[in-house]
Amino acid sequence: MAKRDLISMEDLSREQVELLLDTAESFLPVLERDIKKVPTLRGRTIVNLFWEASTRTSSSFDLAAKRLSADTLALKASGSAVEKGESLKDTAITLSAYGPDIIVMRHPSAGACQVLSANTDASVINAGDGKHQHPTQCLLDLFSLRQTFGRDLSGMKIWIVGDILHSRVARSDIMGFQMLGMDVTLAGPPTMMPRGIGEMGVGVEYDLGRLKEADVIYLLRIQQERIKAGANFLSSLREYSRLFGITTARLHPHQRVMHPGPINRGVEIGADIADDEENLIAHQVFSGLAVRMAILYRTIVGYSDVSSGGEVL
Amino acid sequence: MERTWSRPGPALDLLLKGGRVVDPGEGIDEVQDVLIRKGKVAELGTSLEAPGGVREVDARGLLVLPGFVDLHTHLRTPGREDEEDLDTGTRAAAAGGYVAVFGMANTDPVVDTAALLSGLVDRARREAVVPAGFFAAVSRGLAGEQLTEMAELAEVGAVGFSDDGQPLATAQLVRRALQYVKLTDRFVAVHAEDASLVRDGHMHEGAVSARLGLGGMPSIAESIDVQRVLEVAAYEDGRVHLCHLSAAASLEHLERAKKAGVRVTAEATPHHLTMTDDEVASLESTLKMNPPLREESDRAALVKALKSGLVDCVATDHAPHAPEEKDVPFEEAPFGTTGLETAFAALYTGLVKKRALPLGTLVARMSAGPAAIAGIAPPAVRAGARADLCVVDPEAVWTVARDGFQSRSSNSAWLGRKLTGRVRLTVAAGRLAWEADA
Repeated sequence: MAKRDLISMEDLSREQVELLLDTAESFLPVLERDIKKVPTLRGRTIVNLFWEASTRTSSSFDLAAKRLSADTLALKASGSAVEKGESLKDTAITLSAYGPDIIVMRHPSAGACQVLSANTDASVINAGDGKHQHPTQCLLDLFSLRQTFGRDLSGMKIWIVGDILHSRVARSDIMGFQMLGMDVTLAGPPTMMPRGIGEMGVGVEYDLGRLKEADVIYLLRIQQERIKAGANFLSSLREYSRLFGITTARLHPHQRVMHPGPINRGVEIGADIADDEENLIAHQVFSGLAVRMAILYRTIVGYSDVSSGGEVL
Repeated sequence: MERTWSRPGPALDLLLKGGRVVDPGEGIDEVQDVLIRKGKVAELGTSLEAPGGVREVDARGLLVLPGFVDLHTHLRTPGREDEEDLDTGTRAAAAGGYVAVFGMANTDPVVDTAALLSGLVDRARREAVVPAGFFAAVSRGLAGEQLTEMAELAEVGAVGFSDDGQPLATAQLVRRALQYVKLTDRFVAVHAEDASLVRDGHMHEGAVSARLGLGGMPSIAESIDVQRVLEVAAYEDGRVHLCHLSAAASLEHLERAKKAGVRVTAEATPHHLTMTDDEVASLESTLKMNPPLREESDRAALVKALKSGLVDCVATDHAPHAPEEKDVPFEEAPFGTTGLETAFAALYTGLVKKRALPLGTLVARMSAGPAAIAGIAPPAVRAGARADLCVVDPEAVWTVARDGFQSRSSNSAWLGRKLTGRVRLTVAAGRLAWEADA
């Protein structure tokens, strides 16, 4: 049997996405118990391989594996053989000797998951590769949306605002949001809008004039390095904030804000919005755990029991 | 004046019986026997008999073509013989039907002095299975600062001058190169690219790169530099050759310049003529090259230009890389695909069989076209000519596999693909250079 990798949102069908979200929902009661652990993946080995800094994603994968009683092994690029010049292929071969069931990887380069997958029998889960994909972030975003707005998200209008060009989250989210029938619009400065992105079937806006149409506003982090001299993606954070920063004044009462974190208060998001619990930002972090439990579980047991409605406990 | 060198070998005697000879330069497309004696085409005819002791090859159902010439090969010698050397590179050439190849100068060290070039010529005389020639650099060390001693390099036998691998950094360098090259009867071959527009780029900029999140290399990065180089060439009446054109917009500049009488020639690669950026979605590092695979409209324009002759020739840009260099994530991989052993099959499969290009035109663009630019005698299936030809099975279907190459490297964009048309036998400089296992 071919192993199950999750490298891109394109690896999943709509049915599989729905099943993953249902599975995540069924794990929620576990997370409310005093003893938040089930024996589901006892004896399984999950490796977390993070070649880039990460707080949320690495910690939630680690905790998700532990909640499912899997054995975990966490590796970071710093302090490992990578610093001694070991190639990804050799790291994959070395780790495979331990017979892991899943390798979760974050890597700065698109194409890294393909190299890893070609050199291991373990299933590969992409925890972010370059600017390419971040499918588990997309799934937790979908979970938060569903928990907030109900199972049927079709017809909802979502705006993704910010640095689309450099965002793997945006690319996965566009695919996932569209899969569940949402209407996606991208907004940001033209320098940060990839040429040809419109062919993904999204609207493209260079200002927030029509922002009121949005039900949900998904903000992306603006990175300091984009204003480095010579890069010229932005002239200043101040100007970005003035044109695209989301403040209470720009928001209609019915609109909800999401952000994959970490946030830059005062740049892409006003402090008052960041602290407003009506928004989904904290919920997204919470969703990460249940959704990553579901992803690990489904990667090992498969997606075939669709008839059970995702009930696993 | 010699421009290619190969190792000595016995002059061939051979009778090719019943093959379809296609040589557009000679105006031939018919079934003919071809008798080769002492390394020369002795006779063409319909019922030739093999003289005593001369081997006869049954060529019925096969094509007999003038051998191919590659104006753009990276032989990686000196410096990276682990990727390719003159022996393996020319064996790969022979297996692809080539009878002459020209190595680019971006080796380590760079071919920028007469002494270095002489050393390469000596090595070719000892190691090359198929005649090999060499470009010398335009600027010393490819640094874009100081011109090489072009006159002396031409005397040693440089076919032309090129900083390929990178563009000529300034318009002033383009100008000085095109002025100075007039001390010779050679030309400057240009890798046209505006470096500022491809920074952090890994593939063609368009809908596919947007979807994949890979840094884009816009087609204007090429066409802007093409326009700049052509303006300077027009101003200086310099002789320039444009390497590996890939963008439709570049072809518009080329057409205008040719109409205005600018002394310009151009090449296109088999990969740009047959593949598009859609392929890159697999993130296979073998599909990463510079210039990148572009859109269908660019590819179609390139085919049209090759057909009309606006683009003068096919060139492979054969770029061998060590496995450890290519077996890395797409974004970390170096640019380049090998091409010598797949060029004819890829174009025969992708263009001729699909009726986008007549066979005779393909042969002309792979043989006489590049030979004319290099200034060597065009390979011809003609009585009295030196035997420089190849025999191709146009029905052979094969799958490109990692272990099937003569080249020392296997980073082929066609890995795993099925191609039609396979070179069975190559005669280069009158010697048997390649014969496939029956």
